[in-house]
Order: sequence, then C-alpha cells, then structure tokens
Amino acid sequence: MLTHLRKVVLLGGATLFAMTGRAGAAWDLNLPPPVSPIGQEILELHNLILLICLIIFFVVFGFMFYSIWAHRKSRGSTAAQFSHSNSLELVWTIIPFFILIGMAIPSTATLINMEDTSKADLTVKVTGYQWKWHYEYQKHGVGFYSTLSTPRAQIEGKAPKGEHYLLEVDNPLVLPTDRKVRFLFTANDVIHSWWVPKFGTKKDAIPGYINESWTLIEKPGTYRGQCTELCGKDHGFMPVVVEAKTPEEFDAWLTGQKSAAAKPDTAAAEWTNDRLMAEGGQVYSKCAGCHGVDGGGTPGGFPAIAGSSIVTGPVDRHIDVVMNGRSGTSMQAFKDQLTDVEVASVITYQRNAFGNDIGDAVLPSQISALR
Amino acid sequence: MATAEVASHEGHHHPTGIMRWLTTTNHKDIGTLYLCFSLTMFLIGGFMALVVRAELFQPGLQIVDPHFFNQMTTMHALIMVFGAIMPGFVGFANWMIPMMVGAPDMALPRLNNWSFWILPFAFTMLLSSLFVPGGGPAAGWTLYAPLTIQGGMSVDMTIFAIHMMGISSILGAINIIVTIFNMRAPGMSLMKMPLFVWTWLITAFLLIAVMPVLAGAVTMLLTDRHFGTAFFDPAGGGDPVMFQHIFWFFGHPEVYIMILPAFGIISEIIPTFSRKPLFGYTTMVLATACIAFLSFVVWAHHMFTVGMPLAGELFFMYSTMLIAVPTGVKVFNWVSTMWRGALTFETPMLFAVAVVFLFTIGGFSGLMLAITPADFQYHDTYFVVAHFHYVLFSGAAMAMMGGAYYWLPKWTGHMYDEKLGKIHFWLTTIFFNVTFFPQHFLGLAGMPRRIPDYALQFTEFNVISSLGAFGLGLSQLLFVYIIVKCVRSGVRATDEVWERPRGLEWTVPSPAPYHTFETPPKVI
Amino acid sequence: MSGSRDGYYLPNPSAWPIIGSIGLFTTLLGLMLFLNEGKTGPWLMGFGAATIIFMMFGWFGRVIRESEGGMYNDHVGLSFRMSMMWFIFSEVMFFAAFFSALFYTRSLAVPWLADTDLLWPGYEGGWPTAGPKGPLPIEADTVVADPSRQFSTIGAWGIPVVNTGLLLLSSVTVTIAHHALKMNERRKLIVWLGITLVLGAMFLFLQGKEYAHAYQELGLTLGTGVYGATFFMLTGFHGLHVTVGAIILLVVWLRCLRGHFKPENHFAFEAGAWYWHFVDTVWVGLFIFVYVF
Ligand code: HEA
Ligand code: HEA
Ligand code: HEC
Ligand code: CUA
Ligand SMILES: [Cu+2]
Repeated sequence: MLTHLRKVVLLGGATLFAMTGRAGAAWDLNLPPPVSPIGQEILELHNLILLICLIIFFVVFGFMFYSIWAHRKSRGSTAAQFSHSNSLELVWTIIPFFILIGMAIPSTATLINMEDTSKADLTVKVTGYQWKWHYEYQKHGVGFYSTLSTPRAQIEGKAPKGEHYLLEVDNPLVLPTDRKVRFLFTANDVIHSWWVPKFGTKKDAIPGYINESWTLIEKPGTYRGQCTELCGKDHGFMPVVVEAKTPEEFDAWLTGQKSAAAKPDTAAAEWTNDRLMAEGGQVYSKCAGCHGVDGGGTPGGFPAIAGSSIVTGPVDRHIDVVMNGRSGTSMQAFKDQLTDVEVASVITYQRNAFGNDIGDAVLPSQISALR
Repeated sequence: MATAEVASHEGHHHPTGIMRWLTTTNHKDIGTLYLCFSLTMFLIGGFMALVVRAELFQPGLQIVDPHFFNQMTTMHALIMVFGAIMPGFVGFANWMIPMMVGAPDMALPRLNNWSFWILPFAFTMLLSSLFVPGGGPAAGWTLYAPLTIQGGMSVDMTIFAIHMMGISSILGAINIIVTIFNMRAPGMSLMKMPLFVWTWLITAFLLIAVMPVLAGAVTMLLTDRHFGTAFFDPAGGGDPVMFQHIFWFFGHPEVYIMILPAFGIISEIIPTFSRKPLFGYTTMVLATACIAFLSFVVWAHHMFTVGMPLAGELFFMYSTMLIAVPTGVKVFNWVSTMWRGALTFETPMLFAVAVVFLFTIGGFSGLMLAITPADFQYHDTYFVVAHFHYVLFSGAAMAMMGGAYYWLPKWTGHMYDEKLGKIHFWLTTIFFNVTFFPQHFLGLAGMPRRIPDYALQFTEFNVISSLGAFGLGLSQLLFVYIIVKCVRSGVRATDEVWERPRGLEWTVPSPAPYHTFETPPKVI
Repeated sequence: MSGSRDGYYLPNPSAWPIIGSIGLFTTLLGLMLFLNEGKTGPWLMGFGAATIIFMMFGWFGRVIRESEGGMYNDHVGLSFRMSMMWFIFSEVMFFAAFFSALFYTRSLAVPWLADTDLLWPGYEGGWPTAGPKGPLPIEADTVVADPSRQFSTIGAWGIPVVNTGLLLLSSVTVTIAHHALKMNERRKLIVWLGITLVLGAMFLFLQGKEYAHAYQELGLTLGTGVYGATFFMLTGFHGLHVTVGAIILLVVWLRCLRGHFKPENHFAFEAGAWYWHFVDTVWVGLFIFVYVF
C-alpha cells in the first residue's frame, strides 16, 4: 500500500515539475490584481477576513495539537473529569460575536458602494444567449454579439492551444477607462452570469429581468472572464473579454462603430444559388455548436439538420423556426441576430447541404417581406 | 452507568434469504440496509466524480462531451447528497438510536421498512435517466429553472425521484422523532440522551420542515414544464429566481441535515478516546438547536449575485455570519473535551480529530463566502467547490467513516483491522487534501465551476486535484475491503469494545442481539 | 411475534411496504412516460395506482385488525398520534411552499417586472395579472369574450364564501361526532360524521363547478400566467387534500357503522379529524389570501 502511495506521489510530483516551466500565472494563490476600485476593496476585504480566519484557526488548533501531543495516554496523561464551565462558554460565544461585527462593518461599506450604480457615464446592456453575449451601448445605437473564437481543433486537441485558449472572442466588449460604466444585465433564454475577475464585477443575467452593476476601469488593457452560471452544454465556452481603451480612443472607436452600423444592407444585390450556399456555409458556423458541423445534431436534445422533417419539408415552417426560434428550448429567434441575407443563405444552405438536396433557394427579399 | 437485561428470545419463523431483507421490520436489519445502500451510492457517485476529474485532468475535451460532463456533475451531487450522505446517517440512526435510548425497536417498524425500500426505487428512476433519449439531468444538482425547463424527460425522472426520496426522508424522520420522544427507557430524560440522538432529533425536524418545500419546488417545475403554468416564466409574470429562493429554503437546512448527525457522531467518539465526558453537553445541545434555527433564515447567501435588493443582501450576510458562533461553540467544546484527557488514537479517533480540523477549514471558507462583497468573486467558482467538499467530504463523509469504525465491532462482533484502518485514514486524509485544497486557489484565480474545459493557467492545480481524486477513490476501495473483512472475520469484540465508553449501546453484547432492550434498561 | 416490553406491539416482517414501493414507482414511471408521450404511460399508471390501493387495503386492513384485536396499548397509540402530527406538519410545509410562491410573485416579482420598462414596455403589473405577455384581467366574475386577450377572476363572495362556511361547519360537526364517540353515543356519532361527509362532498362539488366556470367562461386556466398558476395549484392541491381527508373520514365512518372504535381508543378517528381540521385551516388561509385580497 505504502509503495503504491509513494508511486502516486512521485508521479504527481514529476508531472508538476515538468509543468512549472510554463505559464507564470499558474501558481497564483490569491485573487488576481484588481483594476477597479471595487476590485481593490474586495481584495482588501478578502485578505482581511482570510487573515482573521487564519489567526483563529492557529489559536484553536494550537490548543488542539498541544493537547494531542501533551495529553496522550501513552505519555501517561490521566483524564481530568471536568465537564463544563459556564464562564468559558460565555467567553467563546461573545468573543467570536464581536469578531464577526468587526468583519461586518467593512463588508457593509463595500457592499453599499458596489450596489450604487448612480451617476454613470456610459450604460451598456449585456444580454446572455446560449452561448454568446450581446452588448449594446445604450443611446449610441451600437450593438454586437461576442462569441468564443478559439477554434474547435484546439479544444479537441488537434491543434496546439493558444495563449488565451477559451478566453478569446471575435468581438470583445470595448470600454473606456476612468469612466463609470453601468451594466444592465439580462438574458434571452436561461440564466447566465457575467464576470470579469479583475473588475470584481459579477452579476447574473436573468431572462425577463434587469440586473445592474458598475465598474470603473483604471488601466487600459484586455481583461478576461467567463460565464459563471451553468447555462447548458456550452457553458464553459462563453467567455467575456473586455478591451479597455483610454477615453479618447474609446470615443473614436464608438464613432467608427456608429458609421459602420449605418452601412446599407446588401440585400438588394443579385443572389445566385451559389452565392447563397457560400454565404450560408459561413453563417452556419453559428448553428454548428448545436446542430453539429456535419448537420448531425448533438446529443442532449439538439436535432440533426440532415434529414430533419422541418428542413426537408415546406419552407415556411423552416423559416419560422429560424426566425422566431422555439420557445422553451435553446433554439433562439435568429431574426434579430442575423441579417436578411444571412437568414436566407443559412436556410438555403441547410436545405441543400448534408445530403438534404431539396434544391430550392430562399431569397433575402423573401425574408425582408416577413419582417 | 447503565445496566441492561437482554432477552434474546428469537421470534417464530422469520423469512430468510432475500425475503428477510425485503420484509424486515427490525431496526438493525433496516440500518444495515441503509448503510449498504449508502456505501454503494458513495461508490457510484464517487465514480462519477472520477469521470469529472478525469476530464479535468488536462485542458481540452478528451474523454466526455460537455453535455455528458454536466450530467456527471449533476448526478454525482444528487447521488452523493441524497443517496450516500442522507441515507448513511439514517442508517446510523436506525442502528444506534433505539440502542442509545434503550428502546426495543423503532416506534413504527413497518413504516421504517417502507422508508428504506422507497430509496432503491427512487435511485433506479434517477440512474436510469442516464439512458433515456437526451441523456440524464444536466442542469446541476440545484436544478435551476429555466435550464431545467429546457431539459428532456430525464428532468421529469429526476423530479419524480426527488418526490420519492422526499417521502422516504419524511417518513424516516417522523419515525426517528417518535422513537426519541416516545420510546426512551424509563429514566432516560431528554437531557441524558447521547448527543448523537439529540443531533438526530433536530435533523429529523429539519427534514420534515424542508423536504416538503423541495417537493413543492420541483412540482412547480413539473407543472411549468408540462401543464403551462408560469411560476418561473417572466412572460407570464413569474420569476426564475423564485425557484432559487424555494430551492435554497430547502437547500441550506439540507446542508445542516448533512452535518448535524456528523457532529453527533464526533461528539460520541471524542469523549470515548479522551476518556473524559463531553465538555459542555448542555451548550452543545443548545448550539445544535441554534444552528438549526438559523439555517432557516440564511438561504439567500447562495444567491448574492442574482440581484437582490441591498437590504436583503445585508440581512442574509449578517444572519449567515452568525452561524459561525454556535458552530464555533461546538468546535471549542470538542477541543476542550480533548484537553487534559488521556488520548489514544484508534482509527475512529483519528477520523474524529481530522473531521474537526478539516471541517473548520471548510467552515472558515464558508464564512468567507458569507461576506457578500467577497462572494461576488467566489460565487460559482472552484472556491465554492472546495468549501463544500471540506464540509461535506471531510465533514459528513469522514465522520461517517469514523462512526463506522467506532460501531462496527458492536454491529459485527468483530474488531476491524486496526492497521488497515489507520492506513485507510491516512490515505483518505492526505488524498482528500491533495484533491480539494488546490481548488481554493483555482477558484480565486477565476476558474468557474461546472465547466468541462478550462483556460491554460488553471492546468497545474487541476492536475494535482485530479491525481488526488484518483488516489482518494482508490483508498475507498480499501474501506470496502476492511468492512467486508470485519463482517466476515476478525478478533472477537468485547461488549464494551473500547475503554469504558459511555452509552447504553456498550452494555449489550457484541454483536448486538437481534432484539435489544425488550425489557427496558435501568438508566441511572 | 409481538415481542415487547410493557406490551409495545412490534409487528412481524411485512410485505406491504415493498408492494407500496413498487406501486409508487410504477405510478410515477407511468406518469413520466405519459408526460413524454409514451404509449404505455397510462397503463403503467393504472397498474401502479391499483397496486397502491391494494397495498393500502392490505396494510391498513392489517392495522385495523391488530387494533381491533386489542394488540395496541396506549403507548403504541401515542406513537401513532405523534406521527400523524408530524405528518400534518410536513403537509403544512408543502403548502407553505406554494403560499410563498404566491406572496413572492405578488409582492416582489410582478412589481419588478412592471418596473422593467426596457424589456416589458407598457406592462403595469398589479394583481391579478397574467404577466406582460398574458391576457389582461378584468372585473371579477365577468364572462370574457376572448380568453386569449382577457381573463376574469373568481370573486370571494360567491361560491368561495359558501365553501368557507361549509368547511368551517364541517369542522364543527366532526368535533361533535368526536364528542359523541367519547361519550359512546354511537348513533349521534354516525349521524354527525355522516353530516361532515356530506358537507365535504358539497364543498368538492361546488369547487368543481367553480373550476368549470373558470375554464369555460372566465378564461381563467392553469396557463393564465402566475395568477392562474398560483390560483389553481393552491386550490387544486387543497381540493386534493379535501378529497383525501374525505376518503379517510369515509373509511372511518364505515368502520363506525361496523362498530369499530372505543371511547378511549380511536386513533383513526382522531387522525382523520385532525387532518380535516388541517385542510380546513388551509382553506381559511386560501380564502383570505387567494380570494379576498
Ligand atoms: C455540510 C454541508 C455544509 C456546511 C456545514 C456548510 C457551512 C457553511 N456554509 Fe456552505 N455550502 C455547502 C455546504 C455546507 N456549508 C454547499 C453544498 C454549498 C454549495 C451548494 C451549491 O451551490 O452547489 C455551500 C455554499 C455556501 C455559500 C454560497 C457560496 C456561493 O455559491 O457563492 C455560502 C455563502 O455564504 C456558504 C456559507 C457557509 C457558512 C457561513 C457555513 C457555516 O455553517 C460554517 C460555520 C463554521 C465555522 C465558521 C468554523 C468553526 C468556527 C469557529 C472555530 C469559531 C470562530 C470563528 C469565527 C468568529 C470566524 N456556503
Ligand atoms: C455530498 C457529498 C459529496 C462527496 C462525498 C463528494 C465527493 C467528491 N467530489 Fe463532489 N460534489 C458534491 C458533493 C460531494 N462530492 C456536490 C453537491 C457538487 C456540486 C454539483 C453541482 O455543481 O451541481 C459536487 C461537485 C464536484 C466537482 C465540481 C464539478 C463541476 O463543477 O463541474 C468536483 C470536481 O472535482 C467534485 C469532485 C469530487 C471528488 C473527487 C470526490 C471524492 O471524494 C470521491 C471519492 C471517490 C470515490 C469514493 C470513488 C470510489 C470508487 C472507485 C474507485 C471505483 C469503483 C466504482 C464502482 C464500484 C462503481 N465534486
Ligand atoms: C443554442 C443552440 C442552438 C443554436 C445555436 C441553433 N439551434 Fe437550431 N435548434 C436548437 C434546438 C434545441 C432545436 C430543437 C427545438 C425543438 O425541440 O423543437 C433546434 C431546432 C432547429 C430546427 C428544426 C429542426 C427540427 O427537426 O425540429 C432548425 C431548422 C434549426 N434549429 C435551424 C437553426 C439554424 C439555421 C441555426 C443557426 C442560425 C440554429 N438552428 C442554431 C438549438 C440551436
Ligand atoms: Cu452562460 Cu454559463
Ligand atoms: Cu447555505
């Protein structure tokens, strides 16, 4: 048994040793260095409470281990027969009580500060979807989705993992430094939770309700976090990435976004089947997470596209599912997420790929007529 | 302390073989059934934890797909909580409470049989949900709406399994309360009862109070899923967070349901091996009651990030912190019991001391979680996972192991293998810490829970944790071996087993005869 | 074997519990399949329910024989009484869950939704409500034309207040019957317990009428947002408990006809009466919080 134990320990030790060369942050033992005032307050609070707990811990178990050492029968200790002491009981009830009051005071102060979302310079509405985030700059008319950008090959171990494995997205949330940013959280389907450790900001995004929180970023940089409420299959794959720019850079960025959003839609252009198929193949990557790259679906209630009666059936029902989703399932209404072109092309693609071969095409104009 | 006259007249012909176990009305048989069931579930649930840990051994998806991973996490917890820990303690209660209070059996023996025999059916339902289309429940053991509204038929199976477990727990708890109130031997006043009996009395009360609430919560889930109600649907005026409130109104008392009997076991073991009476018996009883009372008003500390009003957050922070006081009283009393005793460290005592030490670590991390602003950082990270395995594994599960070593000689009539017992203890304790201590750091560094894959900076501690988990799992096979060996052979145990232990159970022969205390013992 | 001290009766091994478990399991399995469109569902449910009924006849029959055979002393009786009390307590907690759901939605969730203009513009909240997407409430007891746009609630001062009276009265009659039993006035016992049963049946009948009215004319269904959900779940579970209580009392009544129970030993009667008082109390809570306010 013992040799077995030694083997496991050695094996573990060797693996650890082999890994220490890499990734400096890996041995961090405490909360990451904060970049916001609240983050800083939380860190200090955390350190304080931890310290108090450690002190009590060492005092209490100092007594216990002294007793274990000194009052062993094998050392000839004989048992005393005392069995209670009211004054002692009183002392060790009252002292912890006051220690707790000491902890509660700074905690209350920080909490009140955290919940004060007034006087914000910028408001961003954050909506959780299965499994992506949508950011909307209130009053600026700018909004976009933010999805994991780590390639599947890396996740499946077919390619080496990049530095920001699983913590990278296509469109990061861009925020200004030194301005109070207010967040409004909500969700489209199930509960998600938005978290950036270095801000000390975490809040649940709940369908049908709005939660508020705020932050003030002190340093430009890229900050990463994750969804922290189990939200189904790909809960582990919906990171949060925030790019903090200086106020000037941020304003410039926002203006740029506004003009990009005003760009005319290409829906009027000429759409051939081939172009629809090519475009649809691209858009389908948004569906592949659930319906499978090969249209085969995924276990756990995500139906196959290949051979699906909806997809191979009348086109109206197909369009309806994609545009309006199915309530009560993770199939969401894509009409607000995709342009007419994208909806038309992905439907065309689904009807003609994966061996479905229906042969018909859906034109963007058909979709715009339905809006 | 007490003497007993034991009438060992066997009744008429009793069924034998499988029918004996199916139809038994004997508290010892039923206790054995509960304990065997609990151990089986512990192995199955542990096996699922090992699947989780194996997937988390390395970043990337290697062994299971994310959906199955979530099923494993969910099932692991449901099985451990409702299959291993709770029935395990009911097993102890069945074996020990009648013997400890000098009763001939439980108050309602047929009902007692039913309480047990609902469980295997409940878990058949739960486990078979893994094999239905769409796989098992994957929304975490907390079953939060609306994720569970999305799930497939396995969610319905889980709901019905929970209904059955609820019936079983409520009937079992009623039986225990009635036994304690109505079946005590003459002279066994309430304040003379062993602390284990006291903790169970209070636990049983908690069970009756909160299991129906859980049943209500999952019933609402069921009707939302199938009958068009809108309890948790904002479009119809409902609120998904309401599910969390109702669930945690059950869930927090539930965690004390899983720890109070453990406190009771510890309070039996420590005095025996300190050769000293329990320090502060009366305050121990009061502290237990106080913890139980407080447990009803702290539930929303699991929900600090759902966006409660500030006043609510403050209330739940303060009330949660307050629990540290009565729990501290218990810890201090255990240490004082050991103080100036004549300590020896047989396996049960090793487990008891480790439980006090490790549970307190979990208690302190609990206190940190109670600090609301800080919980915004800890919530739903591995820091929480570390916290609750310290209180659940090194609190509840290890207390049960200690209790099993402590009473096995009384149950089987044989001494267990002391040397193997000690090895089991050290392997368990060491591997337990290797598994779960690094999870504190993972949580602080920002690793969320319930994820099948993680960013690279979390690799190192996950490797350690997974290696520890496999060691921990293998060590438990030794536990099984020791139990089997002890049941079948071993040195004959004396009636007292240990050196002048207190309590009526030590006044009857080892193994305890099929019927004890048919004439009540005299309690002095 | 009734090995015991001071005559505390300890039953022999029994197969009823395991039969009960099989029944319970089959019923729930059947229900689960039924909800998920399995064809065997209803059959399994029927079989399971039959098994449970068989178990109850067997188990309770056995208990009745033991009781009438004088095998239970006061000590056993006390165990039974205590268990019934705690069982009723568990039922109280079950209802507490649904009452809390009502209070929570009314006083917290709905006002919050009404405040969330960003997501639910124009939603005003208030009570009754079927939520931002549900039909709108109109004056109580008005027949609605289009249930998809409007619904109406049931006013407190029609059937509900009559039902309150019926149940309160039945609590009185069951107490009179209890006194009669204690005085060993068998005729009086049978008459007053019979009246209790009739009152219970009248309650259930009116409740059924009310439900039909709600579904057919008021547009009020289980699916009418949280109002419909809390209303029907609370009153529905209560109705179920009245049914169970009435069945208990019916069995007790039949046993009375057969001459069971003695003035000093009639646990089943007391248990049934307690249960009846419990459903009565719950109804008063319902009447106040569901109908009146
Ligand atoms: C046996 C089970 C058990 C026990 C006993 C506890 C005990 C405690 N728990 Fe724990 N807890 C769980 C099981 C348990 N918990 C589980 C399963 C979860 C997660 C559920 C899920 O989400 O899946 C959880 C989660 C959890 C959370 C939510 C975290 C989150 O999700 O964000 C919180 C927050 O407050 C918390 C707090 C506490 C506290 C304050 C105690 C206290 O009772 C601890 C008291 C003990 C001590 C403090 C130590 C001894 C005291 C002294 C030596 C005295 C002196 C001390 C001082 C004055 C400081 N627990
Ligand atoms: C109640 C008690 C309890 C116990 C005893 C345990 C025991 C263990 N738990 Fe458990 N765990 C929970 C309760 C418990 N857990 C809960 C409530 C959750 C939250 C779930 C959720 O998020 O919803 C959780 C979640 C949880 C996670 C987080 C998963 C996630 O967030 O995705 C992890 C990860 O490491 C983990 C690991 C372990 C390990 C390694 C053990 C070890 O102690 C297990 C030891 C191993 C064995 C005992 C196996 C022995 C058997 C064999 C070696 C093979 C033989 C097999 C057969 C015969 C079938 N647990
Ligand atoms: C978050 C997961 C998810 C994503 C992403 C997703 N779907 Fe779905 N989809 C589902 C689920 C779940 C269903 C099944 C709904 C049901 O049970 O009725 C579904 C059903 C469908 C159906 C009907 C299939 C059938 O046989 O019932 C079509 C067509 C479809 N989705 C198209 C799409 C398209 C096009 C996209 C991308 C633009 C997409 N889906 C993205 C989850 C998803
Ligand atoms: Cu979104 Cu987890
Ligand atoms: Cu808790």
